[in-house]
Amino acid sequence: MADMVLDQVTKRYPDGTLAVNKLSLNIADGEFVILVGPSGCGKSTTLNMLAGLEDISEGELRIGGKVVNDKTPRDRDIAMVFQSYALYPHMTVRENMGFSLKLAKTPKGVIAQKVNDAAQSLGLTDLLDRKPANLSGGQQQRVAMGRAIVRSPAAFLMDEPLSNLDAKLRVQMRLEVSKLQKRLGATMVYVTHDQTEALTLGDRVAVLRGGVLQQAAAPQELYERPLNLFVAGFIGSPSMNFMSGTVDGGTLHTALGDLPVSGALRQELSTASREVIVGIRPENFQDPALVSADARPHGITFQATIDVLESLGAEKYVYFNKDLGKTKYVTELEELAKDAGRADSGATSETVVARLDPATRISEGDNAQLWADARSLHVFDPATGRNLSVAAGTKASAAGQAGAGASGHGAATPSTGQPTSGQTRSSTASQ
Amino acid sequence: MATTTRQKAGWGAANTVTFVVIAIPLLWIASLSFKTPAAIADPSFWPAQWTWGNYRGILTNSTFVRPLFNSIGIGLIATFIAVVFASMAAYAVARLTMPGKRLIVAGALLISIFPQISLVTPLYSIERSIGLFNTWPGLIIPYIAFGLPMAVYILAAFFQQIPWQLERAAKVDGATPWQAFTKVIAPLAAPGMVTSAILVFMFCWNEFLFAISLTSTTSARTAPAALAFFSGGSQFTTPTGPIAAAAVVITIPIIIFVSVFQRRIVSGLTSGAVKG
Repeated sequence: MADMVLDQVTKRYPDGTLAVNKLSLNIADGEFVILVGPSGCGKSTTLNMLAGLEDISEGELRIGGKVVNDKTPRDRDIAMVFQSYALYPHMTVRENMGFSLKLAKTPKGVIAQKVNDAAQSLGLTDLLDRKPANLSGGQQQRVAMGRAIVRSPAAFLMDEPLSNLDAKLRVQMRLEVSKLQKRLGATMVYVTHDQTEALTLGDRVAVLRGGVLQQAAAPQELYERPLNLFVAGFIGSPSMNFMSGTVDGGTLHTALGDLPVSGALRQELSTASREVIVGIRPENFQDPALVSADARPHGITFQATIDVLESLGAEKYVYFNKDLGKTKYVTELEELAKDAGRADSGATSETVVARLDPATRISEGDNAQLWADARSLHVFDPATGRNLSVAAGTKASAAGQAGAGASGHGAATPSTGQPTSGQTRSSTASQ
Repeated sequence: MATTTRQKAGWGAANTVTFVVIAIPLLWIASLSFKTPAAIADPSFWPAQWTWGNYRGILTNSTFVRPLFNSIGIGLIATFIAVVFASMAAYAVARLTMPGKRLIVAGALLISIFPQISLVTPLYSIERSIGLFNTWPGLIIPYIAFGLPMAVYILAAFFQQIPWQLERAAKVDGATPWQAFTKVIAPLAAPGMVTSAILVFMFCWNEFLFAISLTSTTSARTAPAALAFFSGGSQFTTPTGPIAAAAVVITIPIIIFVSVFQRRIVSGLTSGAVKG
C-alpha cells in the first residue's frame, strides 16, 4: 500500500482542451477517496492518469514518494476496475483473475492459491469455471474486483463500477465495496457521478468541475461547509434551494423574509457585491407548529402555498413557489440544473423544496406557514460563487476550530489534503 | 406470423423452382461425369450405365493431379499470409486514429473491386521479366494482393466489435501491446479470422483468370485452369466426361466448406459476430 500525490497535474489534449487543470490532491495510504462531479468534469481522465492509461501533460504524480509520470500501468502497481468490467470473454473466471499473475510469470501454485483466496472472499468459488457471459451483472462486478484484489496492488482505482447495476444491487454492492476496503486497508480512488455514493463511501470526497478541484474534504464537511455555490448545489439530495437576496446595511432581504446579518459576514460582504445568493437546504425548513420554543427565534416564518406534497413515510417533502430572483443566470446554477436534468424538464427555478417532519399537518394546496432556520443559511457571492458565510465563519472562529480540515477561501481551493477521517461536528457559524 | 396453407404452398413452390434452377446444371455435370464416353451424347439425364472410369482417369493422370496439388498449396499459402497480415492491418484500422486511415480503407476497397482482367497483360509482362512466370509465387502474390483487402475489410468489422476497454484492462494487468493482441484480442477475433480465411481460400481456389494467364505448364497451373487443357481421345473429341469429373472434384471441397461454415460466412460478410 502506498500514498499518492497529485501535484498540479494538468491534462491538455492536442486540440487544446483542458480536461484537468492544475489538480493537487493528496491521497493517504489506506484512504478511500472519491472523485465526484458532473459529466465531463475530468474525473475519469484523472483516474486514467493515475493508472497510467493517459499521459500527464504537466505536473507530477508521485506514488509512494517516487515520481511515476512516465511509468507504465504495470510498474505503478495499480489495479483498476472498469465501468464495463472489461472481463476477458474467452477466459473463465479463474483465468480472468489469474491473467495478470500469469503475465508476471508467477508460479502456477501461487496463482491458484491467490485466485482461490480472492474468490473465497468474494463468494465466487462456485463460479470459477464459468465464462463471463454466463454470469449476472453483480457476479461480473465481483469478478472484476477479484481480478484487482488478486494482484495485491498499492492502490485500487475504480471507474464508476456500480453504474451498470440496478438500483437495489447497487446499494448492496456499495456496502460490499466499503467492507472490502476496510478489510484490505487498501488505498482506493473511486470515481462516480452519483453524489449519494460519494458521500456514503468516501473518507474524503473531491468535487471536480470543468477539470478544476472545487473542494476536497470529508463528506460531512462538504455538506455543512461547502466552499462555493457549485459544491453546495451538488452535494445533498434533494439539492439546496437557491434564491436572490440583497444586503442593506445590517439586514439581508430574501424572498422568505428579512434577516439580520452578523458582523463577520458583513465584513465579508463589504468586499463583495450587494446582491447575494442565499442557499438553504430542504432539511432546514420546518412546520412552525413543530419547532421548539428556543429554536424559533433563530429562524423566519413565512407564508407559502403548497403545490405538491410528497409523503415518503419517514419524511414529507413540500414544494412551493417563490420569486427566487435572478438565480437563473448564474452559470454554476445553470450547470447544476443541466446536470440534474432540470433545464430540460421544464421545472421552473421558482420551486422551493422543503423537508418536513412526517407529523406535520400541512397538506397539499394549503396556504401554510413555514419556518426556515436562519442559522443554516449560506450566503454566496454571485460573481465568484464563493460561500461568504463559510468564509466569515472560518475567520470568526479560526482560533476555536480544532482539527478542522485545511480548507481555505476561494472557488478553486487545492486541498493539501490532511486526511481527517473523523471530522469534528462544526457548529454552523453563519450568524 | 401465421402463414396460411396457401402461402406455405406458394413459398414451397417458389423454393422448389429456385432449387431446381440452381441444382440442375450441377446435377447435369455430375451425371455427365458418371457416363461412359459413348453415352455422353445420350440425351437421357441420368446415365444408363454408371462408371467410375472418368474419375479414375483424371486422378491417375498427372495433368489433373498436379494442378490439384498446386491449387491446394497455392491456396493455403496465399490464405495464410493474407490473413496474418490482414489481421494486423485490421487491428490498426480498428484501433488507431492516424492521418490517412480513411484513405487506406478506401484504397483497400478499391483494390478488391478493381477489374482483374485489366491487370492480366501487365502482370504477364512483369512476371516474365522477373522470372516469376509459371511459378507458385507468381500466383501467390497476385492472390494475396486481391485477397488481403477483402480480409482486412472483414476483420476490421470484427475488431471493431471488440470493446476497447479489454485492451486497457490487459494493459493494467501488465500486458505489452503484443501480449494484449495475442492473448486477448486475437482469440476473440478467431471467428473473424476463420471466416476471412475461408473466403480468401475460396477466392484462390476458384480463381481462373490469373491461373490461366500466368502459367504455362502443370508445374504451377491450378485446377480450374487445368480443365481447359484436358485433351480427349483424339484432336476432335472433347473429353466431356473427364472434364465433368474434374469439375465435380473441384467443386466438392467448396460445397463441403460452405455447408459446414455457412453461418460463419454469412455473418462474416454482413457484420461481426463477436460478443464483447
